[in-house]
Amino acid sequence: MSTLTIRDALNQALKEELARDESVFLMGEEVAEYDGAYKVTRGLLHEFGPKRVIDTPITELGFAGLGVGAAMAGLRPIVEFMTFNFSILATDQIINSAAKMLYMSGGQFKIPIVFRGPGGSAFQVSSQHSQALESWYAYFPGLKVVMPSTPADAKGLLKSAIRDDDPVVFIEQERMYGHKGEVPDDPDFTIPLGLADVKREGKDVTIVARSLMVPLALKAAEQLEEQGVSCEVIDPRTIRPLDIGTIVESVKKTNRVVIAEESHPICGVGAEISAEIMERAFDYLDAPVKRVSGADVPMPYAKNLENLAIPDVERIVAAVREVAYID
Amino acid sequence: MPKLSPTMEEGQISRWLKKEGDKVSMGEPLAEIDTDKATMEMQALANGVLRKIIINEGQAAPLGQLIAVIGEPDEDIASMLSEAPAAAAPKQEPPKQEQEKPAPQPPAQSQARAAVAAAAPAARSVDNGQPKTDSGRMIVSPLAARMAADAGIDLRSLQGSGPGGRIIKRDIEAAISQPKPEPGYPRVVPAGQVPQIGASAYRDEPASEIRKTIARRLVTSLGPVPHFFLTTEIEMDRAAEMRRGINALDPDLKISINDVIIKVAAAALIQHPEVNASFQEKFVRYYERADVGVAVAIEDGLITPVVRAADQKSLSQIAAEVRELAERARSRRLKPEEYTGATFSISNLGMFGIDEFTAVINPPEGAILAVGAMSPKPVVRDNEIVIRQMMRVTMSCDHRVIDGATGAKFLQTFKKILENPLYLVV
Repeated sequence: MSTLTIRDALNQALKEELARDESVFLMGEEVAEYDGAYKVTRGLLHEFGPKRVIDTPITELGFAGLGVGAAMAGLRPIVEFMTFNFSILATDQIINSAAKMLYMSGGQFKIPIVFRGPGGSAFQVSSQHSQALESWYAYFPGLKVVMPSTPADAKGLLKSAIRDDDPVVFIEQERMYGHKGEVPDDPDFTIPLGLADVKREGKDVTIVARSLMVPLALKAAEQLEEQGVSCEVIDPRTIRPLDIGTIVESVKKTNRVVIAEESHPICGVGAEISAEIMERAFDYLDAPVKRVSGADVPMPYAKNLENLAIPDVERIVAAVREVAYID
Repeated sequence: MPKLSPTMEEGQISRWLKKEGDKVSMGEPLAEIDTDKATMEMQALANGVLRKIIINEGQAAPLGQLIAVIGEPDEDIASMLSEAPAAAAPKQEPPKQEQEKPAPQPPAQSQARAAVAAAAPAARSVDNGQPKTDSGRMIVSPLAARMAADAGIDLRSLQGSGPGGRIIKRDIEAAISQPKPEPGYPRVVPAGQVPQIGASAYRDEPASEIRKTIARRLVTSLGPVPHFFLTTEIEMDRAAEMRRGINALDPDLKISINDVIIKVAAAALIQHPEVNASFQEKFVRYYERADVGVAVAIEDGLITPVVRAADQKSLSQIAAEVRELAERARSRRLKPEEYTGATFSISNLGMFGIDEFTAVINPPEGAILAVGAMSPKPVVRDNEIVIRQMMRVTMSCDHRVIDGATGAKFLQTFKKILENPLYLVV
């Protein structure tokens, strides 16, 4: 085990997979000479050379399409978006080409591509650069969507994503690159896609949290433990395919659920999880499923308003107390 | 409900001395109230007409509870009455006369006065309120609904503690851990019709204050259910002979001695209703039928299927039913209503050669009979030593409902019938 930041854990995963498989290559804006806008690709150009680590112009739709073509031709591209906000420009390639090619070609073309980069809320960069897009991508059959919350998960899941034969949207949290944690040293350490992780066991309330909300949920669970409420924290890690089984098993035990997410509530992943719980565990619910979501407004620039727009520990605690019928 | 003794927490209306519509004047005796110590006279605290009695004779109410309304003859007291059953808000402006104040002058303006300010949630006996929305629909969490169905709990008997009166998991857990309120069923059983399902009908008699005090004391002295034990030895020759005789008539009947014991116990219970009873905190419940639980050992424990209305069934019916219930008990196919709600239980370890033992009461039942093995023993009859089939039984009694002499009289009857089973047909 080594203690690494999420940034370095991702860097290790990229390095190991580039070394392991010659068909893997990396491209994106500033990924090579500049070592990556967030330094996730540091040292990779030096180690693997300009054929494997490629700087692109500011042309998201173009290089995403290049990636899809390369994948059709048998390579395993990793496409970095400087942030997922810019992936919006590339959605035609991601959704209409990458996601559907296997189906529309009758199985002739698999697309083993990873679209990765930071997403979710960032620090005071306002509405256009601070948003959670996972529900967009999770909506489409043909895509897999991954959102790690710890360095070990980041490494193990990214390696699985690169080895996967389907297109994977891999969303790192922009505020979390510096988060540290233990990471196994084994170069073959991977975490299967589609497997949730119980980050903390508990018996009274289940908190389903992903990405940035996981550390907040764990802090909330600590505070709630002192108040006599035992919380189970579940991180689905993969949004599509979603490991609803692990969530439902937990709900059957606790009978109460809070879903914490930084995304908007409408048509969000939390709404989907809530509906699944209702369909599969209705008879086990002792309280309505409660969502703690980001505000239903464009992300404000002002610091004070930004704080109000993103769920915090306090709001998660209040939601848990509500479903546990404490207040 | 005024405070009439220093340690009083609730009072029971022993007798109203005025009827609704009677004129009352301040200081006049209004009611007699049983406190934890004695029966006290309560005086009217205002002049006017006794408009409404809210707590009836025999019912109890905690201190501060609205028990009656005194007002002008034509005054509108509807709002006061509508507030009475609901939890009165603590901040609610109390009516003019309060217990603590010196008797005030009759107010000039016409306004209803409660005899005592309502300050506490209404007692259940008054309220009987169910968790309902404004439209009258009950609100229950899905989990609570399923738990209640599994445990055979009538949701209408519960008060929800969730938002808006929603019945939630903890309410069901509380109901399960408490003596089970019996589901509603007809109080009067049509003649000749033996109801085979559901628990026995019953009548509730208010527990007297003395009975409640005895109950509280015994509980704290001896644990949750204060047991005492009565043992007697019974000569079984005639019962055994009768059983043999019946089985000889029809070998398919396969009547066991235990079936005879169930039948005799049921007959004795009907003769001694005070044993066919259970203590329910505020009252003692007397059952009209003898629903006899029969302890059956199963693979990793035991379960007590219930022979409903054993007093009204024939031996062959009882035998067939016990066989069928025991078989399904062993394969774990009993429904909850088939092993709950007995009024009395029998545990027989005779087949294991146990001579005598004591059994633990299955609350809220009032008693359980532990039956030992039947075996030949020398006994003295007419100054001669003879050999008789003897069997020892020990009854565990809940002292909160059954006193020593009460239990002993029941056992006396039980023994008498078992020793002379012809009583069953007399």
